Amino acid sequence: MKILIVDDFSTMRRIIKNLLRDLGFTNTAEADDGSTALPLLQNGNFDFLVTDWNMPGMTGIELLKAVRADDRLKDMPILMVTAEAKREQIVEAAQAGVNGYVVKPFTAAVLKEKIEKIFERLGS
Amino acid sequence: MTETDHSDMSSSDQPESAAQSSDWSELKDRARNLVDQLESGDSSGVHSAIEELNEARDRNIYLEVGKLTRGLHEAIVNFDLTGSMTTGGDDSDKNESQMTNAQDRLDYVINLTQTAADKTMDMVEEGIPIATELRERSQSLKVDWERLQRREMDPDEFRDLYKRIDQFLVFSGDSSSELSEKLNTILLAQDFQDLTGQVIKRVINLVQDVEERLVELMRVAGQVEELTGIVHSKDNPPMRKEASPIAAEGPQIDTDKEDVVSGQDDVDDLLSSLGF
Repeated sequence: MKILIVDDFSTMRRIIKNLLRDLGFTNTAEADDGSTALPLLQNGNFDFLVTDWNMPGMTGIELLKAVRADDRLKDMPILMVTAEAKREQIVEAAQAGVNGYVVKPFTAAVLKEKIEKIFERLGS
Repeated sequence: MTETDHSDMSSSDQPESAAQSSDWSELKDRARNLVDQLESGDSSGVHSAIEELNEARDRNIYLEVGKLTRGLHEAIVNFDLTGSMTTGGDDSDKNESQMTNAQDRLDYVINLTQTAADKTMDMVEEGIPIATELRERSQSLKVDWERLQRREMDPDEFRDLYKRIDQFLVFSGDSSSELSEKLNTILLAQDFQDLTGQVIKRVINLVQDVEERLVELMRVAGQVEELTGIVHSKDNPPMRKEASPIAAEGPQIDTDKEDVVSGQDDVDDLLSSLGF
């Protein structure tokens, strides 16, 4: 399981990376916005994408849409971990095809639950 | 001419109204004079009365324009955010605008919080393997210790256990002091809260200051518009920037707002209502 973590703040990437490692996911890579993440996704055999929303350059919602529009990537599970907390934003992300949505600040338990739920649903 | 002469001007600009009422009464006097001249049929008197009336009106406008120009100038000078305020006139900072200064301050906040977060996570990342090793070694010792208590151990195994217990005692002592040291480092790394708090307060002060000056500038500009007769149509309010539904807004400070979720449970409810 190879996971790409996309967030413009290295601190948040590191927190997510450590939480994922705790959950047994040790194969992770990082990118600091959508425009650096997309080429990595296109060339890197990633299985799962965890992305923030608010980033300079290409935002997480744009990345989400770009992934869904890419024939080879469109089925990749995507979890948004973001401080964006407006209802219309969550609806927007859902309509764009996000698989899970976690609002910051979040706990390790919530992240675990959402990731497990995504894989449970994919497995069924 | 004085306070007794109450005109029905708005009371909001009281300082002006005394001067204004004297101007008004001058205009009234001249107008009465004009009517008198008209009624008496003195055409040259009428002309000079009209001229006097014109003069009085012009003088009035020049005075007002002068006053407003001064006000506007002062407001603009006050709005100049270069240097003077933050550092108490320190020459070295004169070249730097307060806005740049505020940006630097906020960058400093980001740097400090980043450093603190990195330091804390360094300590945690180094500490977790130590804790894990402590747990694993004590667990494995416990298994053998229980075998010893049940007298299931041969002398060779006992000698090995004896040595391992000795090593473990040394290791656990060293590890505890190492962990305490890391915990102390984490504790000290929290000093950013104090430092960033102070810096953010100063930036808040600057923003408030800018707001006050902007309001003053708007007030003076409004008087200029009034005098020059610039009218803003109420039907055409300035274009408000509509927030695009997909634009990022950063953390919501007020989660009580109706269009903002109050937490993860709210997110989950919303998503499940959408069929998730």
